[in-house]
Amino acid sequence: MRGAKSAKWVAGAAIIALAATACGDGDDNADKGGAKGAVNADGIFSVEVGEPQNPLQPANTMESNGSIVTDAIFSQLVDYDPSGKLEMINAESVDTKDSKLWTIKLKKDWKFHDGTPVTAESYVKAWNWAANIKNAQTNASWFADIKGFADVHPEDPKAKPKADAMSGLKIVDDSTFTVELNNPLPYFSYKLGYTVFSPLPESFYADPKAAGQKPVGNGAYKFVSWDHKKQIKVVRNDDYKGADKAKNGGVIFKNYTTLETAYEDLKSGNVDVLRQIAPKDLPVYRSDLGDRAVDKPYSAIQTLGVAMYTKQWKNTDPKVLQGLSMAIDRDTITKTVLQGTREPATGWVAQGVLGYQPNVAGDVTKYNPTKAKALIKEGGGVPGNKIYIQFNADGGHKEWVEAVCNSITQATGVACAGDSKADFQADLNARDAKQVKSFYRGAWVLDYPVNANFISDLFRTGAAGNNGFFSNKDLDKKIKAADSAATLDESVKGYQEIEKELVKYMPTIPLWYYKVNAGYSEKVQNVQYAQDGDPILTQVQVKK
Amino acid sequence: MGRYVARRLLQMIPVFLGTTLLIFLMVYTLPGDPVRGLFGDKGADPATLAAMRHQLGLDQPILQQYWNYMSGIVLHGDFGDQIASGRPVTDVLGDAFPVTFRLAGMAFVIEIVIGIGLGMIAGLRAGRLTDNVILVFTLLIISIPVFVLGFIVKTVFAFQLGWIDPNVSSDAKWGELLAPAIVLGSLSLAYVARLTRTTMAENLRSDYMRTAIAKGLPKRRIVGVHLMRNSLIPVITFLGTDLGALMGGAVVTEGLFNVKGVGGTIYESIVKREGTTLVGLVTILVLVYLLMSLIVDLLYAVLDPRIRYA
Repeated sequence: MRGAKSAKWVAGAAIIALAATACGDGDDNADKGGAKGAVNADGIFSVEVGEPQNPLQPANTMESNGSIVTDAIFSQLVDYDPSGKLEMINAESVDTKDSKLWTIKLKKDWKFHDGTPVTAESYVKAWNWAANIKNAQTNASWFADIKGFADVHPEDPKAKPKADAMSGLKIVDDSTFTVELNNPLPYFSYKLGYTVFSPLPESFYADPKAAGQKPVGNGAYKFVSWDHKKQIKVVRNDDYKGADKAKNGGVIFKNYTTLETAYEDLKSGNVDVLRQIAPKDLPVYRSDLGDRAVDKPYSAIQTLGVAMYTKQWKNTDPKVLQGLSMAIDRDTITKTVLQGTREPATGWVAQGVLGYQPNVAGDVTKYNPTKAKALIKEGGGVPGNKIYIQFNADGGHKEWVEAVCNSITQATGVACAGDSKADFQADLNARDAKQVKSFYRGAWVLDYPVNANFISDLFRTGAAGNNGFFSNKDLDKKIKAADSAATLDESVKGYQEIEKELVKYMPTIPLWYYKVNAGYSEKVQNVQYAQDGDPILTQVQVKK
Repeated sequence: MGRYVARRLLQMIPVFLGTTLLIFLMVYTLPGDPVRGLFGDKGADPATLAAMRHQLGLDQPILQQYWNYMSGIVLHGDFGDQIASGRPVTDVLGDAFPVTFRLAGMAFVIEIVIGIGLGMIAGLRAGRLTDNVILVFTLLIISIPVFVLGFIVKTVFAFQLGWIDPNVSSDAKWGELLAPAIVLGSLSLAYVARLTRTTMAENLRSDYMRTAIAKGLPKRRIVGVHLMRNSLIPVITFLGTDLGALMGGAVVTEGLFNVKGVGGTIYESIVKREGTTLVGLVTILVLVYLLMSLIVDLLYAVLDPRIRYA
């Protein structure tokens, strides 16, 4: 699942997040190498993707291969500007007095690609449809904040929905509607930038399945064709009213089964933009591509999830986990085993997110074998004196898991072994069935750029992303308080306080932040990458 | 002959049911749930999971699922929908098979022409230098794993010489498929060559050959009709089953050259626990195998009237 994104937000966030190598501010004025060649405003370029997992329905698209396409075809109400402030896209305004009742006014004259107008009803009807359990949309739970969600999406799998529409959604007039939430939520407007909140045209409901194969959106690009397992083609929407109009004629999403083949095609000029370089090519890609090689952080984090339900951790002092965390030599592992593709993490919230605080975990994420040993001893030692790290063998994780294990064993003498599951499916299965032996490999990419996304969605009791089943009443209370804060600022501050406290509980062991290691061809310029790791398609310019 | 064909066709039914049931059960016993897999690290809410499972019929007992699926295929020619994409499996198969048919067909032709050609040359010159060279060459090919061979072909012809594109584009044109077809066909090619060589060398010494030579027949006729016709029987047997193997076994080659065919789809369906897609693919492969062995048996009769069935 990829998060909300915006060209401007992203470029700005890159500056905040330090590294911005050369990507300057994402706006018209600064594209590196912009003067090099004339630009063909109607030029079409290609991007490497995999076959989308799901039909292209906005509420059903969770993984990155699909979301990069739906994000191109659908625009949402809002986006974010470089300072992390909301920017209106399809919305004229999103207002609230109490963070509970939100009034959303739409900009006039917006049209879907089939020519029908985008109205308040386009949003309300789409959200009701997506939230309804009968339609089984993977992202349905995103509407859980809205009043009446339980009526259309009962928690009990066997129960029938009581209503067809959420009582919290009301149409005022053609271009205005209100959203009432169950509880105040200061950052609700930030969530609205996520794809799941897209409007849908009337034609969608006639045959949702067919619409997933041939989506009609309101975004910067119009859908042209989907040649399954080969390519998806979109062209610029010339009637687009949004600020993020495309600077190119269109995009071809080219399907590759492996990153290696995609990289070979990039070198021979058959594909223009990559999202990731294969591990095999990482050592050479900088010298191969020169200044067309991309290396910058984005808002995602990898952690060691702690299986809190196991005998091993149930009643164990968090000091032991702190000790284990200090026994991991993140600097060396990211530089050697991971070849510089990750950056050591110093907290639980990834960079480039509202409320990110550097070094929040303090010493706990610094390598210190002596202190590690002392802490583990103080905490009563690791039960069984052996730990396992569960990972999926199909994801290229084996190497770093071994390195982390070695580091822990060398520093503390605690035995450590990788617990390999054949593939991601089997890995998830073990997590859901509470069969993880002690640790599992976890990862999180932002959904919306607020720190709550990295805390509430991961460590709240019962949260869907809480695979380690961590539960702490005190923390739950604080999360609730932060969620019901009067303003966004206070809420973000509340979550910052919570993040500081996580050291006491160690719900996960932060490992490192992800980086985009990618590249592009000589045919294109101004290629930048968003905080969710995807290239910003509308900004890409095709050379003549 | 007619009864023989009919019997063979009837035999297909239990084989067809047995293989599909086996695949169904095997996918079912693998750990991991295709629906849960759609949610990844973010976790799924139980209600949505249950609703999706219900819509796909995954909440029914496995035998019930199998029954629904098979009756769909037999009664309506409906292979069901893919779990993730929601596309009809027939579409998925329709995309994958033509490409693989082409790839396997090309590999097959290469295998026959070059394999039998080399085999003939070696067989006719058994024990001499050409024979030894061909033996060493085929041994070399047999001992190199497919992915290594593919990698060598790519490195040399695509990256260093620049004669071919490293990967097959989405159109999968004939010219682009040449390199992967050679790689795919090479292993069988070596077997075909060796098989042909051995049987030819053996048959050269047989009585009917001596008679044919003694009769003073032209050499072309001796080799072309008398020798070849008898020597090809084991080769045809091998080729028959090999076409099925080529289609199913293209996983590595297709992955290496980015060909969007059956091999990749099989791999993907296993990884994603897409039982229905996998069964659909395998069903068709089974049919190909059965059909090929039928053709082989019929060809026997043509090649050697003595093997003709009543």
